[in-house]
Amino acid sequence: MSAKLIFRDQEFEVEAGKTIRDAIKECGLSPETVLPVRDGELVTDDVLLEEGDVITLVAVISGG
Amino acid sequence: MKCRKCSAKAVINMRQHKLALCKEHYLEWFLAQTERFIRKYRMFTPEERVLVAVSGGKDSLALWDVLVKLGYQADGLYIGLGIDGGVGYSAQSYEKVRKFVEARPGLHLEVVDVASTYGATIPTAARVTRRGKGKPCSVCGLTKRHIMNRVARDGGYDALATGHNLDDEAAVLFGNTLHWQVGYLARQGPVLPASHEGLARKVKPFCRFYERETAAYALLTGIDYIYEECPYAAGARSIYYKEVLNRLEAERRGAKLQFYLGFLRAREQGVFQSAQEQVQLNTCPTCGQPTAVEGQCAFCRTWDQVRERVAASSV
Ligand code: SF4
Ligand SMILES: [Zn+2]
Ligand SMILES: [Zn+2]
Repeated sequence: MSAKLIFRDQEFEVEAGKTIRDAIKECGLSPETVLPVRDGELVTDDVLLEEGDVITLVAVISGG
Repeated sequence: MKCRKCSAKAVINMRQHKLALCKEHYLEWFLAQTERFIRKYRMFTPEERVLVAVSGGKDSLALWDVLVKLGYQADGLYIGLGIDGGVGYSAQSYEKVRKFVEARPGLHLEVVDVASTYGATIPTAARVTRRGKGKPCSVCGLTKRHIMNRVARDGGYDALATGHNLDDEAAVLFGNTLHWQVGYLARQGPVLPASHEGLARKVKPFCRFYERETAAYALLTGIDYIYEECPYAAGARSIYYKEVLNRLEAERRGAKLQFYLGFLRAREQGVFQSAQEQVQLNTCPTCGQPTAVEGQCAFCRTWDQVRERVAASSV
């Protein structure tokens, strides 16, 4: 039972069944600094991960 | 999670506003909010001309897109810094801006290439003047400010708009507060009135949007922006401050917003008024821009030196 989070050039395997927000935190990332995209669509982070889901996390922080 | 307005599936949840919206209603909300901030802070009117500084990043391109959709007279300014950093940063960012304009007939873009206008790229200028300890950011900031002022003045623009979002503003505020730089605090705000004859006022119409909201707007409208940072931004203090504030936000929703709005309220009440320095501004004899020093301004002095040294090293 697993889903995948992709952030920049990193990939994280996470368990399905939890919220995207919890999964993001579990990977040591801040939910405030990313936007989750599934199948090309922006989704809210309360969405429950399903088996085989691939979520791309778009980084939103820019600096300088 | 459902859209508060129509119950369709939400694409974004803004915890600090307890507001989730679908794509259609988010885009509508985003435009209406921008309009509200422009009026609330009296940034500019539909009769005035606005120059938007565009970098190829999400915030500035989204800002230009929004201002045009709202019916404002907004032109763009792109400054070619000549930064490569192994990733062709400037070339790539210009490409994004060019495509943005190409897809929107009728838009006017001013382009200033630093190297061909002033004689060196930003990294070269920083190297030969040894300003900024290996980072070109100080020369870069000085140069960008000068060019923005010049183009705004020459083109008769009333306002100069930048894409700063709330995370940018809160990070600056955090740094200024940490070091109690009250002079800077007194001058930080959504609108900076023109300090000198012929200068445009500076405005930040996105200053109340979280960074993830401007990013969501760019994604949802299909704006193709440069995702990579300027290579010199790595390790910048502002990014660190943003991380700290976001850690706070994750535990306490609205912490960033409250921090910034509380500051604006205090400022409005005159808390920082005594720190408002009444510096006498002089006019630079070379470029005509205001300067706190006597004689040539920092920009003109720096670039005279750059050209001298570049010429000397090429003979
Ligand atoms: S990070 Fe890059 S663009 Fe920003 S000031 Fe530094 S050199 Fe200029
Ligand atoms: Zn809706
Ligand atoms: Zn000058």
